[in-house]
Amino acid sequence: MTDAVTVERVIEDTHRREWARVLAATVRVARDLDLAEECVQEAYATAVQVWARDGIPGNPAAWLTTTARRRAVDAIRRDAAMRHRLPLLVDPLLALPAEEEAVPDPRVGRGDDAADAIPDDRLRLIFTCCHPALAQEAQVALTLRLVLGVPTPDIARAFLVPEPTMAARITRAKRKISTARIPYRIPRPGELPDRLRGVLAVIHLLFTAGHTAASGSSLVRTDLVDRAVHLARMLRELMPDDTEVRGLLALLLVTDARRAARVGADGRLVRLQDQDRSLFDAAALAEADDLIVGCLRAGLPGRYVLQAAIASLYAQAPSFEETDWQQIVTLYDRLLEKWPSPVVELNRAVPFAMLAGPAAALGEVQRLERDGRLAGYQYLHAVKADLLSRLGRRREAAAAYGDALALTHNEPERAFLAEQIAAQLKAT
Amino acid sequence: MAQYAVLIYAHDSAHAPDATPDDLATCDEHSDELVADGSMVAAFALTPRDMATSIRGDAVTDGPFIDSKEVVAGFYVLEAPDLDAALAIAGRNPVVHDGGGVEVRPIHSGFIGERGNPGNS
Repeated sequence: MTDAVTVERVIEDTHRREWARVLAATVRVARDLDLAEECVQEAYATAVQVWARDGIPGNPAAWLTTTARRRAVDAIRRDAAMRHRLPLLVDPLLALPAEEEAVPDPRVGRGDDAADAIPDDRLRLIFTCCHPALAQEAQVALTLRLVLGVPTPDIARAFLVPEPTMAARITRAKRKISTARIPYRIPRPGELPDRLRGVLAVIHLLFTAGHTAASGSSLVRTDLVDRAVHLARMLRELMPDDTEVRGLLALLLVTDARRAARVGADGRLVRLQDQDRSLFDAAALAEADDLIVGCLRAGLPGRYVLQAAIASLYAQAPSFEETDWQQIVTLYDRLLEKWPSPVVELNRAVPFAMLAGPAAALGEVQRLERDGRLAGYQYLHAVKADLLSRLGRRREAAAAYGDALALTHNEPERAFLAEQIAAQLKAT
Repeated sequence: MAQYAVLIYAHDSAHAPDATPDDLATCDEHSDELVADGSMVAAFALTPRDMATSIRGDAVTDGPFIDSKEVVAGFYVLEAPDLDAALAIAGRNPVVHDGGGVEVRPIHSGFIGERGNPGNS
């Protein structure tokens, strides 16, 4: 007998860390995402009772996988109709009939020996969920549901949509996977860079959605941020040699390291120059730094590595004043070569102002404003307002802060902008 | 294997009633290629947009159903093991790099009747 609290703790932990591995290996047998999901859920439910009675197995993930796969085989045997469903996820290398594959009986061993026999199909699962034939919002939802095991109601809450809407979105995506035959496999080398970019974009989007929640009262939706970091770590474990994968993990770590300092005790937004650097997560910054240095040394850094390097320079400076502006501007120039984007140009204007003065930077921002692509981007107006304010043009600054406010829905950011407007008007 | 329909979207169809072999050379070459490698199982070239007539409710109008820069210029049926393979084949269509594009749709079901082969007009 193992006490219920311990079992529950182990199950929760295994759910968080091993869901993807268990589901991915079960899909191979079930050849149907819904059936696989159902079997994995049942395996977790069975574990609650069996582990309390017989003890926790040496390799919980292997025990769960074996149990889930066995259920899938039973279900397919039991239900002849299931065999005639669309044979999902066809990959010639995987297309062994379920019956032929050796699925050890979990009742025989404690799951320890099975560990080697369990294939790690997590990359297949990730690439299937992030297939470009699915809309990006569907990719994000599927990744949360299938790769991270997040319950649908939680996904709906995280993205502020009604639960039935999210459930329908996930069902539709799964149906497209089976009907259009989106294959369950890792893309071929020729397709891989493109497809990986899609996966990285989904993880980044997940992080950003959590980091600055688009609306609502909390600046950071912690759970989404943690999930995104977890996923980036998983991908890094699965593709250890890819510098962009490491770069994305580093970027998330650096950005999140400032979490505690971004919001004051009163829930208000704190600007980088006013943030208490002793609150930064030093361990996360050090881990990110290691990753960044390794990637830069490997040469030809991509978009995420450069973004991470910039964020790291901002965060690692002993104080805001001592930031290495020149180095940051140089990195932005390299980033613009890799990723020509008006948002990157806008972000470059901020360190450029520290280097060349607010007037020169304002010229850059006004050029971007005339370009028009960022008209609806709140931060264009906020950066412009800040530069105007530093030039003493306070009425214009207040107006620009007003433009930013009109485009902002996040409460702490709104409060910050409203304060800035008041301060500008007071100073005139 | 599964079947996918590939709808060709272009500014207009090259297959005018009086089209010369030269006008159709690019299309024919690509089609021959897909037939040769065994991936194309059926193909239909449509006449230009001016030939189209649309019906919505009681109204019969001249022209394609959707008024847009591109029209469906033709469609063909591919056989491929999965979507990635179908996309790889469909992506080779010259129209993709000639201002148009293709839409790939899994086929649910269908048939070609005894008199269904239009041949070459």
